Amino acid sequence: MPIPYSNKVIDHFLKPHNAGSMKDPDAVATEGSPACGDMVKLYLKVNPETKVIDDIKFESYGCASNIATASIITDIAKGKTIEEAKKVTWKSADKELGGLPPVKVHCAVLAVDSLHAAIDNYEQSHGLVKDPKPTTKEIVISRLKHVINPLTGFNIVKANMIDDVKVENGTVTVYTKLASDHQFAANIKEEIIERIEPLWDVKKVEVKFDG
Amino acid sequence: MTKTIYLDNAASTKVDEAVIEAMAEFMKNNYAVASSQFSHRPGILVKEALDNSRNTLAKAIGAKDEEIIFTSGGTEANNLALFGTAKAAAGKKNHLITTKIEHRSVKDSAAELERSGMRVSYLDVDSEGFVNLNQLADKIDDSTFLVSVQFANQEVGTIQNIEKIGKICKERGVIFHTDAALSFPSIPIDVNRLNIDLATFSAHKMHGPKGAGALYVRNKTAIKKIMMGGFNEFNLRGGTENVPAIVGFAEAVKRFKREDTDKVRKLRDALWRRISESVEDVNINGPKDFSKRLAGNLNCSFDRVEGESIVLHMDMKGIAVITGSACFSRSLEPSYVMMALGFSHERAHSSIRYSFGKFNSEDEVEIVAEVTKEVVERLREISPVKKVI
Repeated sequence: MPIPYSNKVIDHFLKPHNAGSMKDPDAVATEGSPACGDMVKLYLKVNPETKVIDDIKFESYGCASNIATASIITDIAKGKTIEEAKKVTWKSADKELGGLPPVKVHCAVLAVDSLHAAIDNYEQSHGLVKDPKPTTKEIVISRLKHVINPLTGFNIVKANMIDDVKVENGTVTVYTKLASDHQFAANIKEEIIERIEPLWDVKKVEVKFDG
Repeated sequence: MTKTIYLDNAASTKVDEAVIEAMAEFMKNNYAVASSQFSHRPGILVKEALDNSRNTLAKAIGAKDEEIIFTSGGTEANNLALFGTAKAAAGKKNHLITTKIEHRSVKDSAAELERSGMRVSYLDVDSEGFVNLNQLADKIDDSTFLVSVQFANQEVGTIQNIEKIGKICKERGVIFHTDAALSFPSIPIDVNRLNIDLATFSAHKMHGPKGAGALYVRNKTAIKKIMMGGFNEFNLRGGTENVPAIVGFAEAVKRFKREDTDKVRKLRDALWRRISESVEDVNINGPKDFSKRLAGNLNCSFDRVEGESIVLHMDMKGIAVITGSACFSRSLEPSYVMMALGFSHERAHSSIRYSFGKFNSEDEVEIVAEVTKEVVERLREISPVKKVI
């Protein structure tokens, strides 16, 4: 076979299930970046009473492994409660898909991460976090490590693009070393907000540029 | 099974029927080792076939017969050029100059020489892939023994100013090697006019067989053999020559017609016209002036979609193309050529290379243009990267 993908991967790749965007989602999460070669955005609609995932959608900029995994895990998660959906792992997706080439596993992991991140964002923003801890600078920075500089593929913390973070009375201020006219300034700002805003005690996120 | 539309001719080409016939005929009747006139008749016949093939290639590039060293292909020829000149220079000179966008067989040979203690300068290229000639002149010093610059690039098709580079090298007394595996014969070569000392050729890039290539070696060039075993190829390459493939190589050289290049160029131009008219947000990679890129090369990036997905969708429709995306490579690194051109990772991940050969047709261009549009639009629909307005 010329392509090291199973037939099931190819099926899901060619005709992905649950692909597309969603209007007024209850939670969203983005993982990866076009610079890394893979990016997936996942949308959730959750029943507020039963906590069942009523609807789930994904968008992918990625390879077959990424698209197929997002397709299959959204199939699995749909109709499950968020507690059940948390148990979805890349291994279960891998098994369901008939095995991914080892070199492509990270693309599958990214898709699964987006599901977990979206559920976490849902819990954070809907007062469902057990033993909620107040947001600290460290928590913010660990979340910023998932925001990727589109130019290089490195996360903005590793790329030394963050000058400082302040957390005061529910307002998180992220001081970046980026110029406001940087090619990807708007893009990075949007991703920072998407990452930090869902935290349960965060009311406002401000992103500051360096000039 | 859908009919295949093969647009990966920069990787390898369909072997011409006439080449296959010439090879089969030769193999059926000739199996001796090429040997001198003091040997047996079967050996002399093979020697004649080898000599005739050598003469065919030599004539085509304005060289003398004894300046053609047959090898197993372009990679071996490039290895011989770099390691062979380095071996001859050892103890005297220790610096070589190449570019950041060479084929791996040059790039990795240079890196290996660097590990063994040689100095290597990698020339920068501009955003269209052209070598910085001022930088070349600056880098040459008393310890430089070799400049190796490809004739044309494998990914983005950029044709270098070989005449100018040859002139600089000649003035400075440095050996000049060019990897012409992809450019020959569609771009003619006259080794004397261009002041080329070493040039690499490959049969399978020009509708010949795999397993045959050559290094042109100008008389008196300081180079030593790196493959030991016998006095073959003027004592520059040990081992029995792959004569059937070499005969096929020569047949491919003879079969080449200028019209083939014109046809390939027209097909490439037509595809780009169709794609640029029908698909939004697509950027050409490599020279915008098509007269400065290989006739059969088209490389472009489709914003907001990832290359491997495009390639896979196209493969499902029977169309063979490649991408510079990391997802497509074994190393998971985006194409080093795209990086050297100064492109973002995203642009590299979104790039597709279409490379034409003489067996492609206008009908195929129509289909490929339509499928490209369909696939790119479908993937854009599910892409989280949105158009910035």
